Amino acid sequence: MTRSKFRIVALLLLLVLALSVFAACGRNRQEDAADTVVGDGNLPAGAMDIAAERGLSPDDINAALKTYVPSGQWDEYLMFASGGHSGNLLVIGLPSMRILKNIAVFTPESWQGYGFGSIESEEILDAGNVNGVEIRMGDSHHPGLSETAGDYDGEFVFINDKSSARVAVIDLRDFETKQIVKDPNIISNHGSTFVTPNTEYVIQGSQYATPLGWEYAPLEEYEEKYRGLATLWSFDREAGRIDMENSFSIELPPYWQDLCDAGKLASDGWFFCNSFNTEMATGGIEDGNPPFEAGVSQRDMDYLHIINWKKAEEVYKAGNTEEINGMPVITLQTAIDEGVLFFAPEPKSPHGVDVTPDGKYMVIAGKLDPQVTIYSIEKIEQAIADQNWEADPFGVPVLNFDAVKMAQLELGLGPLHTQYDADGYAYTSLFLDSAVAKWKLGGDDPEAYELIETVPVQYNVGHLAAAEGDTVSPDGKYLVALNKWAVDRFAPVGPLLPQNEQLIDISGDRMQVIYDMAMGVGEPHYAQIIKQDKIKAWDVYPEVGWDPIAQAPSEFATKAGEERIERNGNEVEVFMTSIRSHLTPEHVEIKQGDHVTWHITNIESAHDATHGFQLGGYNISLSIEPGETASFEFDAVNDGTYAYYCTEFCSALHLEMMGYMLVEP
Amino acid sequence: MSNNMEQIVGPRVSGEEFQRNRTRYLLPTILFALAGLLLIISIFLPYWQLTLHAPQYPQGLTVQAYLNRVDGDVGEIDGLNHYIGMRPLDEAAPFERSISIIGVISLSLLILASIFIHSKWVTLLTLPALLFPVIFLVDLQWWLANFGQNLDPAAPLSSSVDPFVPPVLFEGKIAQFRTVAMPSIGLWLAIAASLLILVGLYFHRRAYKPLHDAAEAKA
Repeated sequence: MTRSKFRIVALLLLLVLALSVFAACGRNRQEDAADTVVGDGNLPAGAMDIAAERGLSPDDINAALKTYVPSGQWDEYLMFASGGHSGNLLVIGLPSMRILKNIAVFTPESWQGYGFGSIESEEILDAGNVNGVEIRMGDSHHPGLSETAGDYDGEFVFINDKSSARVAVIDLRDFETKQIVKDPNIISNHGSTFVTPNTEYVIQGSQYATPLGWEYAPLEEYEEKYRGLATLWSFDREAGRIDMENSFSIELPPYWQDLCDAGKLASDGWFFCNSFNTEMATGGIEDGNPPFEAGVSQRDMDYLHIINWKKAEEVYKAGNTEEINGMPVITLQTAIDEGVLFFAPEPKSPHGVDVTPDGKYMVIAGKLDPQVTIYSIEKIEQAIADQNWEADPFGVPVLNFDAVKMAQLELGLGPLHTQYDADGYAYTSLFLDSAVAKWKLGGDDPEAYELIETVPVQYNVGHLAAAEGDTVSPDGKYLVALNKWAVDRFAPVGPLLPQNEQLIDISGDRMQVIYDMAMGVGEPHYAQIIKQDKIKAWDVYPEVGWDPIAQAPSEFATKAGEERIERNGNEVEVFMTSIRSHLTPEHVEIKQGDHVTWHITNIESAHDATHGFQLGGYNISLSIEPGETASFEFDAVNDGTYAYYCTEFCSALHLEMMGYMLVEP
Repeated sequence: MSNNMEQIVGPRVSGEEFQRNRTRYLLPTILFALAGLLLIISIFLPYWQLTLHAPQYPQGLTVQAYLNRVDGDVGEIDGLNHYIGMRPLDEAAPFERSISIIGVISLSLLILASIFIHSKWVTLLTLPALLFPVIFLVDLQWWLANFGQNLDPAAPLSSSVDPFVPPVLFEGKIAQFRTVAMPSIGLWLAIAASLLILVGLYFHRRAYKPLHDAAEAKA
């Protein structure tokens, strides 16, 4: 009897427990996902009608299916592409090729409130000024994602400005520019930004040689006074900033250094730069001299620069440098004496030097030579040990070409830049042929290097970017051809055309162009493609009242109820909050001649609840993301009645989110 | 007086009788103890959850009501509520929240005490805990009605949203929001405690009624 009672009770208990568990689970149950429609390999009914109506080929259908990313799903990769002379950095999703963000870097940008009054961004931009001249343009070229052990770690991205020789740091927690540094000794750069395998240094190479510090010197003194330079910007990952105190430069001959790449694994400790004016031509077409384009292309060979940065770091730390305009510089002579700098001949005027994923080989794309030339780090180190060299006019050891060359492979006309996949293949852009060449790396067997296929691209392809294609572990899958010209690819939009970024599927035996993306906001020079899930971006700032520059709580953070206007003589300080749908205070009364400092804290913590702020008539534009505290200042030079308002359509009462600034005469 | 006490406490069980019918006497004890324990555990768990669904909140907005606090997207929901003039959630049920922890501990103690009461008075001792889930929901519904009915007439959207009574359970609708209110794990535990008490009362009667009747007969 008692036994059966026990069972009843046990059953009841179980029922109760099951009920609670069911209730607990029920809370988190997601709505059912929609059924997948494609079954048995057949397209849904009507798909072929659509294809026929739109004139799509089977390849087109494949391309569409490979690139379409349904609403709410995320792209697998993010591509960081330079914006060229719009001075910005673009974030593009792959395979959809949608632009996700346009990060303001060297140029003011009103949507992000970058360079329109905001104290934080003005300070960043001002750090890039040149000798008191306000620089608000930029020519961003080569993004470099931070690396750990030679692989992208998704924490930071760097980019250079070619025209004024500057480097910027972007924090990938909030995708905002945090720092611009100006090299005090060069006025243009190109071989940047390339990071060492653990982002110890962000490397920047000069382009057009000038006297160091770009001081005046007549072109007749080119050989004696003009110089190239490589700067190793020390990166403080903890602070998220380039540490200018621990950075240094290496003086180079005035050979117009081009692209660079840092060694990794087998070649860790080295970096490599191409050059294209070992002729030291100085132009002057107007005086009957050969123009630069001919003058710098006379010799058959230019010099691959081979630089031992670990040795250079030792030399710098030993204090064996000369301070030039505040920057410690390893002089050319010291670099030669200490074994920091070597050259190897390379077919003339090449563009990219790209280290293979294993770090063993350097691939130089010939540009004016139809071949890629492959060098081996083992051979280079052997030639250095054997002192198998001659000296150039400056005394720099030039290693014997045949001693360091591993192989040469003819690919087509105008090879520019090389990327890698996971299966031992390399991809090189062919500018003149408007094509991409896929070829096999042959290791230490010169005969094993082999051209596999080429695919036409439209048109004039510059750089390539493959998925993690310049790291120690490339992913393959996708390659993007950054084409300079679009010509007839898109509907006409006037004489200034977008560029054409073409996505190429490299996962199969045959390369297939699967998407043409019109890049109508800049000219990407280089891009890097990182797995999306490596980036740990914030949805909103960690705390309300956040200073995005310090990445810490702001001293100007204002809480709800603590909004105020403080006056001290003619110094006025406004502490404002923004939340849907009001700015507090809504009346700001000041006097003509006041100097106004104005802080706004977005006290929202909801995902996407950004408020903008514009003050008409005073050129003020801010973007205040959830949790952010932003500040601006201005002199109230004009009296009058002004309206300020939230520029983001933040809510149904967005239009009502405004206030008046009254400036009494 | 002592006779009254004896009436309330009910007949004692002799050691001999207990040994003979262990299960019979242990059952109500275990069930009551379990019920008390579940109530104590429920103090640390949310009792009620309200989820707001709207197109612009794909993950929804959720508040969890504990016995003495609300948690979750409270700031965002308060922010939205200001448009219709609803008071901040934190202003709800201040008295109930202030006594809730001590109150639930007292309920548990009453259940534990009832283990030692072998008369029909045990029904009175366990009644508050038995009814607690219902009391909780009724009180919550009263506050929901209070909040929904007393909207600030000067709020931005007061002309487009009439005062309303959000349902304490299941679905409701306000402006573009679909609301889904559900008991949470804490309330389920309290309900489980009620069921345990009910079952416990049954076995309590099974165990002690014969003793009581025997004592009556003897008297």
